[in-house]
Amino acid sequence: MSKTATLIATAVAAVLWVPASQAQTSRDYINVVGSSTVFPFSTTVAERFGKGSKFKTPKVESTGSGGGIKLFCEGVGVQYPDVTNSSRRIKKGEVETCAKNGVTEVVEVKIGYDGIVVANSKKNAPSKISLKDIYLALAKDVPDPKGGDKMVRNPYRTWKEVNPELADRKIEVLGPPPTSGTRDAFVELAMEGGCKKVPACAALEKTDKKAFEAAFKGIREDGAFIEAGENDNLIVQKLEANPNAYGVFGYSFLDQNADKIQGAVIDGVAPDYESISSARYPVARSLYFYVKKAHLDVIPGLREFVAEFTSEKASGPDGYLADKGLISLPPDLRAQVRDDARAMKPLVLE
Amino acid sequence: MNSVKHPPAGGRASGGAPRTIDVVRATLARRHASERRFRRYGITAIVTALAFLAFLFSSVLVKAHGVLQQTYIALDVHLDAGVVDPQGNRSPDSLREGDYGALIKDALRDAFPDVKERREQRDLFALVSPGAVFDLRTAVMQDPSLVGATRMFWVPANDDVDMLEKGVMRRESAEGERRLNDQQVKWVDQLVAAGRVELRFNSRFFLGSDSREPEMAGIWGAVVGSFYTLLVALSLSFPLGVAAAAYLEEFAPKNRWTDLIEVNINNLAAVPSIIYGLLGLAVFINVFGVPRSSPLVGGLVLTLMTLPIIIISGRAALKSVPPSIREAALGVGASKMQMVMHHVLPLAMPGMLTGTIIGMAHALGETAPLLMIGMVAFIVDIPQGITDPATVLPVQIYVWADSPERAFVERTAAAIVVLLVFLVVVNAAAVILRKRFERRW
Repeated sequence: MSKTATLIATAVAAVLWVPASQAQTSRDYINVVGSSTVFPFSTTVAERFGKGSKFKTPKVESTGSGGGIKLFCEGVGVQYPDVTNSSRRIKKGEVETCAKNGVTEVVEVKIGYDGIVVANSKKNAPSKISLKDIYLALAKDVPDPKGGDKMVRNPYRTWKEVNPELADRKIEVLGPPPTSGTRDAFVELAMEGGCKKVPACAALEKTDKKAFEAAFKGIREDGAFIEAGENDNLIVQKLEANPNAYGVFGYSFLDQNADKIQGAVIDGVAPDYESISSARYPVARSLYFYVKKAHLDVIPGLREFVAEFTSEKASGPDGYLADKGLISLPPDLRAQVRDDARAMKPLVLE
Repeated sequence: MNSVKHPPAGGRASGGAPRTIDVVRATLARRHASERRFRRYGITAIVTALAFLAFLFSSVLVKAHGVLQQTYIALDVHLDAGVVDPQGNRSPDSLREGDYGALIKDALRDAFPDVKERREQRDLFALVSPGAVFDLRTAVMQDPSLVGATRMFWVPANDDVDMLEKGVMRRESAEGERRLNDQQVKWVDQLVAAGRVELRFNSRFFLGSDSREPEMAGIWGAVVGSFYTLLVALSLSFPLGVAAAAYLEEFAPKNRWTDLIEVNINNLAAVPSIIYGLLGLAVFINVFGVPRSSPLVGGLVLTLMTLPIIIISGRAALKSVPPSIREAALGVGASKMQMVMHHVLPLAMPGMLTGTIIGMAHALGETAPLLMIGMVAFIVDIPQGITDPATVLPVQIYVWADSPERAFVERTAAAIVVLLVFLVVVNAAAVILRKRFERRW
């Protein structure tokens, strides 16, 4: 018995000691973290890169944009990620955190656009709405409909009350929770854009910046807006079950489920590849990834991975990422991004 | 029924007071009714639970069965030596560099010579999986004598074609509503008519690793990751748990400190598992520098999570060994150590193993703590050891459930079935162990 015990103890000690000696030395695969919106694209590139080159397949983690940048900015060294994906631009404060931890040179690469759609089931008629309608239907506080500049709790119950041209149906919108990058972009593009179209709300921007932000950032909590979790597939399923509801999610899910759901025409523009690519569709955002320049010569294949991601066969309009729902940049911008990425031009934020 | 006899019937003096038996008779019907009602509640509860379970299983199985088959397309590929072997020496390095994509495109062009326009060609090439290129490369690298020949290869079809063949994508829906346009559907029909489309057993799902192309994605990488993670967790938590349980139960003095430890262990068993993930991130990754996303750190975190379960069940197993065993051992002159090691522990072992197995089953289905330590990730290479990046089965389910491609629905369901099968096997092992070795006193 005592022999076995010693054996087990040795095994335990061995298992515990292996990492301590191995941890800090080197890493032969690329470590990517970041946005769950960019995840499907980043993983596709990673897989093709791993199978098509002599390098190992990069590891891609889905941590969310903010979480990714936080990990990315923790420092320079093999235990920190080399690339972070983001569905929004890096913030000034984050760049400063990065610099404080020694991550001074970061390369920004814009990979394309993603549209955010407001969709409903095909069992119901397609809808035409405006940003103003979206704002009035979903904001927590709206300018008093009876007139005046005062903000009141959102009184609208049906779409018809918001805009007489819309259907007489209860307002029911399924959308992402506040932790999601899609939610951030939706608030920034649709809610802020809609707020600016309402005179009383737009006036706030000049008079009271704080009140203006509060006016579009607060989303209803009285049941009209339902937080449906990060899983967009779930929202699609719920829309099918409830034809009266609308869902807010990324364009690629509309693209994959076009037989079940349809995107609302917003401000006269339908969400499709062309309208998002040409920036006519109002609720579209840019997707990015950031590369740690200090890791370029430490991690094998990092330079080649960036080249693959920005290549025409990946992020071009006929590239394999387009099949996955990425909307590519216009040609001249694409060429510029590619050149900047090849040259590893570090990011400078004004 | 006992209560009927309890007060002796007619025990009291006859007179004005009612006889007990009358009182009993008056309420008997009501009591029987209440008993029947209670039984009905119980049966309803069980039937509801079973109905939910049946619904869950049938919906998962109905969705999952499609995964057993995958659509393949036969192509006559001419393995042109100049394209496949740019260096011309048939070495693996040279064969690896070959442009196999061009060969597949050529083969498709030959199959449909009328397709000339660039846009149309693109649609045509989309019928074949992007993974076909790597399949072809593997085939040629395994058998370099193929170079220069023209052979028929069965290559995996794209997930959209697969969905069309399996009837998930409806042919009758309007063109804009399905992922394949009318022309593509026509091409597929032509291929079917020529006998060049086949549903084959999808071995890749069981033997392959994760992929962003549903038709190339497999579960094996996650199974191996789960195996290594549980191996680490088991090899740490079992000896630690047994030692802790034996010490606390047999050796430790009963004082305020051991009480405190006991209360804490019981509390730890109820701590939400994500807390262990945060702890793992702070201690194992940030302080000890254990590689992120590795089965090692996953196993360490799951060890923390399962330890309290193992200690508690271990102590219960030790407690169930009757004191007479201990007294007899001590009585014939065994030391306390010998008494525990030779008599008590072996007798308690079946119970301890059952607890360990249930703890491991718990760990097998866990995702929340792994989120914090980077195991919720896309990993293509199958892990070769406990320090390679890896993911586990439940995480694989989560990642697939979140993917937009329709074909991942059946893969998600199939991965759930695989996980359930593992859980059932593990729990069955626990039951068999208990039935065969447990001794009742």
